[in-house]
Amino acid sequence: MRWKTDTYSGWGRALKAEGELARPERISALKALPLAPAMGARRSYGDAALNDSGRAVDMTRLDRIIGFDPETGLLEAEAGLSIAEMVRIFVPRGFLPAVMPGTGFATLGGCIAMDVHGKNHHHDGSFGAHVEEIRLLRGGKDVVISREKQKEVFRATLGGLGQTGVIMSAKIRLREIPGPSMQVQERRAESLEEHLNMLDASQARYTVGWLDATAKGAAMGRGIVEEAEHGHADAPAEEKAKSVPVDAPRFALSKPVVKAFNAQYYRRIPEGGQRRMRSIPDFFFPLDRIHDWNKLYGKRGFHQFQCVIPLSGRDALRGIVEAIASSGLASPLAVLKRLGPEGEGMLSFPMEGYTLAVDFPARAKTPALIEKLIALTAEAGGRIYLAKDSLADGASVRAMYPGHAKWAAIAAKGDPAGALQTDLTRRLGLRSAT
Amino acid sequence: MNKNWIILGATSSMARALARELAGRGDNIFLAGRDMDDLERIATDCRMRGTGEARAVKFDARKLETFTPLIEMLSDQEGEINAAVFVGSMPEQEEIDADPALVDGTIIDSFTGPARFLTMLAPLMEARGGGTVVGVGSVAGDRGRVGNYVYGAAKAGFHTYLSGLRNRLTRAGGHVVTVKPGFVDTAMTWGIEGMFLVAPPEKVAGDILRAVEKRKNVIYTPFFWRYIMLIIRSIPEPIFKKLSI
Ligand SMILES: Cc1cc2nc3c(=O)[nH]c(=O)nc-3n(C[C@H](O)[C@H](O)[C@H](O)COP(=O)(O)OP(=O)(O)OC[C@H]3O[C@@H](n4cnc5c(N)ncnc54)[C@H](O)[C@@H]3O)c2cc1C
Ligand SMILES: NC(=O)c1ccc[n+]([C@@H]2O[C@H](COP(=O)([O-])OP(=O)(O)OC[C@H]3O[C@@H](n4cnc5c(N)ncnc54)[C@H](OP(=O)(O)O)[C@@H]3O)[C@@H](O)[C@H]2O)c1
Repeated sequence: MRWKTDTYSGWGRALKAEGELARPERISALKALPLAPAMGARRSYGDAALNDSGRAVDMTRLDRIIGFDPETGLLEAEAGLSIAEMVRIFVPRGFLPAVMPGTGFATLGGCIAMDVHGKNHHHDGSFGAHVEEIRLLRGGKDVVISREKQKEVFRATLGGLGQTGVIMSAKIRLREIPGPSMQVQERRAESLEEHLNMLDASQARYTVGWLDATAKGAAMGRGIVEEAEHGHADAPAEEKAKSVPVDAPRFALSKPVVKAFNAQYYRRIPEGGQRRMRSIPDFFFPLDRIHDWNKLYGKRGFHQFQCVIPLSGRDALRGIVEAIASSGLASPLAVLKRLGPEGEGMLSFPMEGYTLAVDFPARAKTPALIEKLIALTAEAGGRIYLAKDSLADGASVRAMYPGHAKWAAIAAKGDPAGALQTDLTRRLGLRSAT
Repeated sequence: MNKNWIILGATSSMARALARELAGRGDNIFLAGRDMDDLERIATDCRMRGTGEARAVKFDARKLETFTPLIEMLSDQEGEINAAVFVGSMPEQEEIDADPALVDGTIIDSFTGPARFLTMLAPLMEARGGGTVVGVGSVAGDRGRVGNYVYGAAKAGFHTYLSGLRNRLTRAGGHVVTVKPGFVDTAMTWGIEGMFLVAPPEKVAGDILRAVEKRKNVIYTPFFWRYIMLIIRSIPEPIFKKLSI
């Protein structure tokens, strides 16, 4: 197989890597390659799917469906199949991936390796909860792992950053749905307190809050809470995809622009709330309609900060939102969600609490702000999400993940030479047990 | 009416994209090539995505004994017979220069193997009174260049063959689409330097389906290659022979 020398980056475009990439089109070609970290659609923001000065394997062409049983909803597919393709193929047959991240471009392998969460984590857990079996290329062998076979390796692979081996394919359980539409209710939340109360009280299967990260004072933490259920009716037509042809100039996301945008976005919802019907892609992947929207942040790219704070840590969360609001750096993309109990993955991000995700353009003051937010998260006994991180330090991250030492030992067993290391695992020293 | 498609070189990512589209329409697909493991995977994928039948079958352009069983199998199918040829190989020109024996293989894979197969298939298509042949050539066949003239020559031969076959099948209600891709993002071009305007394989598959529906004769995909090649063909030979493009 030929290797392609390329400069590439994660979705945030702030960190870059240069190295050789292979893109096998068949499993036999993958198996013939020397061991290197796998990458999916590179929808992780930071350096999780980067290997600077090294090699990496692009899995996106290995995207075949291997089997589907409409009786049980069990789907087996190669790791490069995207979530959006699953939606396109299976929604007309009445099935949907049980957990979906906010982008349909993410691949099956990437969703397992980050153990992603969706708007229904409080009901359905993370992606890993619906994975039945994984076929892994580990230690030069083709192994099948599950809750029955090599359980510990299975648990280390859910959210395992690809370090336990290359995921070739997996079996996941899809959810049966009544129809292709979503019944969505949107309501304003006037303050952080109200916002969190609404998330706590929500009974809906899917719940997510948009947060105006520029609002201060009494309005701080205000936003819009979206709650949704599956509908029987036909879905309204999907909105057309657009793309961002060039890097945006710096002022596009300057403080006054974002502030004005957010205020208007907030008022878009009438005081009494509103209900509307949406298609599945429009509800779950609203940002995918604008291809390459990451270029809106200009050439220098951006960072996302995402943390989870335990339910008892409302005050800490308030401190975090305050720090963001007073920084004047926030972009319109800020999301608040409630997560349910922890799952099985040893290095999985989700734990019971509130999760906040905010994008920041890469400016001079951004790293200091994010470092502060990470420190506040650590103090509150929370975690930061490695799919989004590009600035954390290793010691604090390792302390946030109690399963880390055990995970590192399992990763080392299948890859003693560290051939699967990525820029992220090196930066955070994740592959050493201490 | 029941539509059958035999896709030769079905492991190519362009072929796979086309097969998925055909499967989505419920056509009956035969995926032909050398790598049976991978072809089985593609067949399953097509069945899972669509409503028609999909089956992996053996075809090696360099092994003539694989041809007859395929023709027999196709004649057992009811309905229209269509064929799409993606078979081709492109060793680097320097490799060929160093080992002239590679000339033969390149020409068999990209021209004479498929031409022989299509010539065996033509009577069946004529007997059924229709069907379409999609032949994938290349812009490289439009003019011989120092960088890949053996491959280019094979493709040029294939283009000429396809034009004659079109002339023949038209009389029986059939049709032939000659497809000339520019640069496509496949295993063949991955990591080769100097690629530009590289098209995704799905784009090529979409262009092919449209050309089949509209009974186009010769298409360039993406379309702008028609103009690029118009310019390249118009360069006078005394100048062209000194260029290295
Ligand atoms: C707009 C947007 C919205 C998002 N919303 C959410 C959300 O709601 N919830 C959430 O949890 N995340 C969310 N994310 C993050 C995204 O879902 C994760 O980063 C996911 O991992 C991306 O999948 P990918 O295929 O692009 O993987 P990549 O980013 O390419 O890789 C991610 C990790 O998986 C590993 N990996 C990939 N494929 C394999 C394989 N085959 N074998 C072994 N390891 C592999 C890589 O090495 C890397 O460590 C969002 C991202 C974007 C851009
Ligand atoms: N990529 C481009 O930019 C480009 C541009 C113009 C034209 N094309 C043409 O497009 C077609 C598809 O190519 P691709 O780019 O998708 O590359 P590819 O993946 O290498 O596809 C070539 C196909 O030909 C098959 N093949 C080669 N020799 C064979 C033989 N002796 N017998 C049977 N099958 C054989 C291969 O099968 P195996 O799996 O058995 O190897 C494979 O399916 C080719 O005809 C190519 O010349 C490509």
